[in-house]
Order: sequence, then C-alpha cells, then structure tokens
Amino acid sequence: MSTGAAAGPADAGAPRQALLAYLLRLGDTSLVLGQRLGEWVGHAPELEEDLALANLALDFIGQARLLLSYAGEVEGRGRDEDALAFLRDAPEFMNLALAEQPNGDFAHTIVRQWLIDAWQLELYQGLTASADGRLAAIAAKALKESRYHYRFSSGWLVRLGDGTAESRSRAQQALESLWRFTGELFAPDEVDAQIAAAGVAPPLASQADAWSARVQRTLAETTLSRPAAAAYPWHGKRGVHTEHLGHLLGEMQHLQRSYPGLQW
Amino acid sequence: MSDPHKAAVSADWPLFEVFIRSRSGLEHKHVGSLHAADARMAIEHARDVYTRRQEGVSIWAVRSADIVASDPEEADALFEPARDKVYRHPTFYAIPDEVKNL
Repeated sequence: MSTGAAAGPADAGAPRQALLAYLLRLGDTSLVLGQRLGEWVGHAPELEEDLALANLALDFIGQARLLLSYAGEVEGRGRDEDALAFLRDAPEFMNLALAEQPNGDFAHTIVRQWLIDAWQLELYQGLTASADGRLAAIAAKALKESRYHYRFSSGWLVRLGDGTAESRSRAQQALESLWRFTGELFAPDEVDAQIAAAGVAPPLASQADAWSARVQRTLAETTLSRPAAAAYPWHGKRGVHTEHLGHLLGEMQHLQRSYPGLQW
Repeated sequence: MSDPHKAAVSADWPLFEVFIRSRSGLEHKHVGSLHAADARMAIEHARDVYTRRQEGVSIWAVRSADIVASDPEEADALFEPARDKVYRHPTFYAIPDEVKNL
C-alpha cells in the first residue's frame, strides 16, 4: 500500500490514506492473532486453557471487526469487514509480523501473546485520548479486554519462566525466537508520523519505554533472561511478511474464496 | 503436547469449587468445579469457563480439598429429625407483595 503522498484530509484530521493504513495495521494484527489463537481450539493442554485461548481469540476477532469496519468506511470503496478479512492477499495485510508467527508449543504461544498484550495495553491506553472519536471508543472497549489478556499471559509467563527446568527452557527458547520481531512494534514510519501529528495516536516512541518497563517488571518475576534488543525491524505493517502468513490466510479465507458470498 | 505430559499435568492440578454471584445483592452460588495450578489460575479459569455469558459479577474459588462435607452415610441422623417439624417453616405469616427475594 502506498503511504507516501497524503490524499485529502479525512474528517478525523489525519490524511485519509494514513488513517486507513493505521486502522488496517491494528485491525489485521488483531485478526491474525485471533486466528492463530483459534488454532488451539481442541488442542490446548487443558480443557480450561482451551476455553481461555478461545476467549482470547474471540476478543481479538471482535476488535478486528470494529477496526476493519471502520477501515472499510475510511477507504470508501464499499468493502466491509468481511471483504477486508477474507478477500485480501498476504501483501495487503498490514499486521505486525509477530502476530503471524506460528503457535509452536504452549510456551511459544504465551510468549507471543504476552509481548503483544504488553504492546496493546500501552497502545489502547494512548488511543483512548485519540482525536479520532471512533478510534477512541474502540480503544476504550478493547482496553478492558487487554487488561485481562495481560493478566492471563503474564501470569502464565511467570508460571512457565519460574516453573520446572523444562518449562523454563521452553519459555526462554520462545523468547529468543520471538524477540527479533519486537523491533517492529515501535519502529515508526511515515504513517505513524502522520497519525501522531494529527493527534490520532501518541508517538510510537512514547510507548516504547512504557512497554519495555512493563515487560521488564514481569521478566523480573521469572528466571528468564531478556534477549538483546532486536536490531532488525520486520515490516509486517508495510505488507512484507514472513512465509507463515500465507498459510494462515489460506486456511482462514478458504471458505469465502471457494464459495464467494457464502453465509451461515 | 504429548498425552503422557497431559495426564501428568491434570494429576498435578488440584480441583477447585467455583461460586458465582450473579448480580450485586445476591449470594454466591456453587456453579461447578475445575482444575487449576494455583489460586490465580483458578479465578481465571472460572472466569473463562463460567462467566462467558455474563453469568456473574464476582467469583469465589475454593480448593475442593478444603471443603468440609457431611457424610452421606449420616444423612438419616442429620436430616430426618427435621422432617416432622413443619412449624419451623414461616409459612404462617402473610408476606407483603413488596418483599422480593424471600
């Protein structure tokens, strides 16, 4: 997606193309993460965790619906949330690369979740004061969900990271493998700059310190060690993805692609 | 997760009894039980298993092992003596229509 030249200013005050890109980034991140969590249904290590992960998945799908519906309206080409979710290809998805990483083992899923939950907490907190009233309302609703998500994932991180030798080693492996994707969370580009300038979202850099401190507080409750800062920022939010997203979309979009317009 | 591991986890996790208060002013009612590794997880599991459809505003979780229960063998001795004492029921009073939840 081109994010260079700003089209005319939107009602909210941010350039329309930047607002659209920003909404897709948030909405796609929630959608892809929700789909990933949904893959656990029927496979979680405990019945209760099965339900817990499914509940998380539904929260994220709910957020994605609100954000993508809004994105469709901002885009103004008649695409609704379903068209955006089911009829775009991988390069058109703007989710963070971290969200599309495979579930791996339970520790892997928890670490991915915890890193994103910490990011979303700061994000939604900041967005409740957005100059864009619609986005502020979505954030206010999602913030309550995020608080619970963080409680869940940080609780599990401490349990695994301070548990048996096996759980600790798996959690540490997951940290090492996923940490390189955290560079993208706070690496601003021109969309972020325009969005921040319009007061739609706080500058990304202002959330990075709070995220880092929050993550550090939880890590301090464990025996896990924090990996070195990720030098290479991934570019999921610019549509450049790891190979995992295509497979995820293939499964998620299969029905609508095979039977266009099919309804329950 | 492999099956042997799964079995080991279930055996390790104690059983909790869950009580939900459906709305303010009402009492907590027993709704079921679940497995959890610790108290915090018990509340989270109870939230996810028993309040998905807005069933509650408050949760209590108690380790099943901490509940002291009456012995079914003693049921006759404990409860039969109350059977012929109908005068203990306050059914001889007229209750005003305005009184709810009685």
